[in-house]
Amino acid sequence: MKQFIAFWKDLNLSARIGLVIVSFFAFCAIFAPWLAPYGESEIVGDVWEPIGGEFFFGTDQIGRDLLSRLIFGARNTMALAIVSTTVSFTAGAVLGFIAATMGGRVDQVLSRLVDVVISIPTLIASLIVLSAVGTATSTLILVIGIIYAMPVFRIARAVAMDIEVMDYVEAARLRGEGLWWLMSREILPNAMTPLAAEFGLRFCFVFLLIASLSFLGLGLQPPLADWGAMVRGNADGIAWGFMHPLIPAACIAALTIGINLLIDRWVFKASGLRDDQ
Amino acid sequence: MNNPVLSIILPRLAMGVFILFGVSVLITIGVEALAGDVCSAILGQAAEPSTVAACQAQLGLDRPVHIRYIKWLGNVLQGDLGTSLANQREVSEQIGKRLGNTLYLAATTALFAVPVGILLGVIAALYRNSFIDNAISTTTLTTIASPEFFVGYVLMAIFAVNLGWLPAISNVDSSMGFFTRLEASALPVMTLAMVTVAHMMRMTRASIISLLASPYIEMAKLKGLKPSRIIIKHALPNAWSPIIQVVVLNLAYMIVGVVVIEVVFVYPGLGALIVDAVLNRDLPVIQGTAMVFATAYVLLFLLADILSMLANPRLRHRR
Repeated sequence: MKQFIAFWKDLNLSARIGLVIVSFFAFCAIFAPWLAPYGESEIVGDVWEPIGGEFFFGTDQIGRDLLSRLIFGARNTMALAIVSTTVSFTAGAVLGFIAATMGGRVDQVLSRLVDVVISIPTLIASLIVLSAVGTATSTLILVIGIIYAMPVFRIARAVAMDIEVMDYVEAARLRGEGLWWLMSREILPNAMTPLAAEFGLRFCFVFLLIASLSFLGLGLQPPLADWGAMVRGNADGIAWGFMHPLIPAACIAALTIGINLLIDRWVFKASGLRDDQ
Repeated sequence: MNNPVLSIILPRLAMGVFILFGVSVLITIGVEALAGDVCSAILGQAAEPSTVAACQAQLGLDRPVHIRYIKWLGNVLQGDLGTSLANQREVSEQIGKRLGNTLYLAATTALFAVPVGILLGVIAALYRNSFIDNAISTTTLTTIASPEFFVGYVLMAIFAVNLGWLPAISNVDSSMGFFTRLEASALPVMTLAMVTVAHMMRMTRASIISLLASPYIEMAKLKGLKPSRIIIKHALPNAWSPIIQVVVLNLAYMIVGVVVIEVVFVYPGLGALIVDAVLNRDLPVIQGTAMVFATAYVLLFLLADILSMLANPRLRHRR
């Protein structure tokens, strides 16, 4: 608790707002089944019942309670984004460290390959691959994880390159330590801080990509609730004056803005490297 | 290579060509993975194996991948992208029509967004940490962090539904007059412009601020020069390179941004085409459109690098 108060005091106003927003959505995600008044795919009323009436946020395009879908959607969408980001960091960091430690031809091949993949816009790349391999949840995680491993590879490689020239790494090399030791015992502990700071920012990108993909119909499949798909599903309502699709869209915006406010403060200081793509 | 400019630009050009080649291979592999069951998808589960085989032969799916890639590349270099599976029309003809619409969207947006974005960035940088800067920075952070479709639907709800000023759906075709067409595409242009201005403003602000922190600017201040003279005479010549980068990189960003925005407003552009093709599993169209998007992306990044090399005297005369 003491630590938390110290942490809180260290934050400026916008970072505090960010922390409150993020905690709120995390709370909804964790306790979704207890918070949601109705089931995830339970049809409870008519199509597009008004906002603020019997149902807090009204009902969606086939009469499901929008608030309940939002709460379950927080859980599904955030979990998907967290797992995908973790996959991308694991793959990207391991390959980046290998490239930096081994150097030479391995580094050349990996770096050029990443140069090529990173030249395809992420949304286009994921559209192609997902249309090919389908949108099972595990494939989604893998595809998004691999696509976002590319920028992580660049950052991890750059960070590891700086560490790799340190005397203690040289000493470990002369001791005859293997690749795995160098990566896990010498480089990883020192690369942890910049990579951790990068994680928050990448989570935002991944989250927005997932939202866009599911908006385009290539995300989590129904009846699973998913914010992007909820926007698309309710979109027709706008022409009739129903503001329902704006609610899940606003949730996506609020969460990413919250994370941005929170990380704005230290990410840009902690990581010396930026590649805004 | 005696010319110093050529000797730094040529390797970058070669790199660009290599990347384009790699991208085309990757896209083919990506689409090939899809090819496996596209025939059974078209013909349905109950299709006879012989019918499926005939369909695969017709699409050329019975030949090995590298042969197909070489044939496809040969055709592409001659401007032939194959025919669509969905409606049997020439892919290049379809792309050509849609590309014009997308370029119109991008060009109209750029015309508006580039000056506004740079101007706001410069203002925010000059009056940094003031009320104006905070207002601009917070607004743009909000725009960047929200998904494009959120901005799009909010604008649609305000201008098309509540006020009724603009059409919610953009039916655009080349027979329209200038103003009719501008009105029809006003909402997608506004959406794209808001997002682009935000990106551009933040990048301009950051590069100007880092410039203003450099010692020679401090020197100019200590000499007692007027702020306007410092900006125009001392800062601007060195700011061109980052500003060019900002503009071109944002054009590249717009190329991807259009995909979602075109779907929101049912705008008949390239982005809507690739999404439809993906949902219909229309291989030749996916391959062609993806290649157009990726090429534009790669070329713009190449252009950004080369232009900033040319604009920066230090990069031109490297020892």
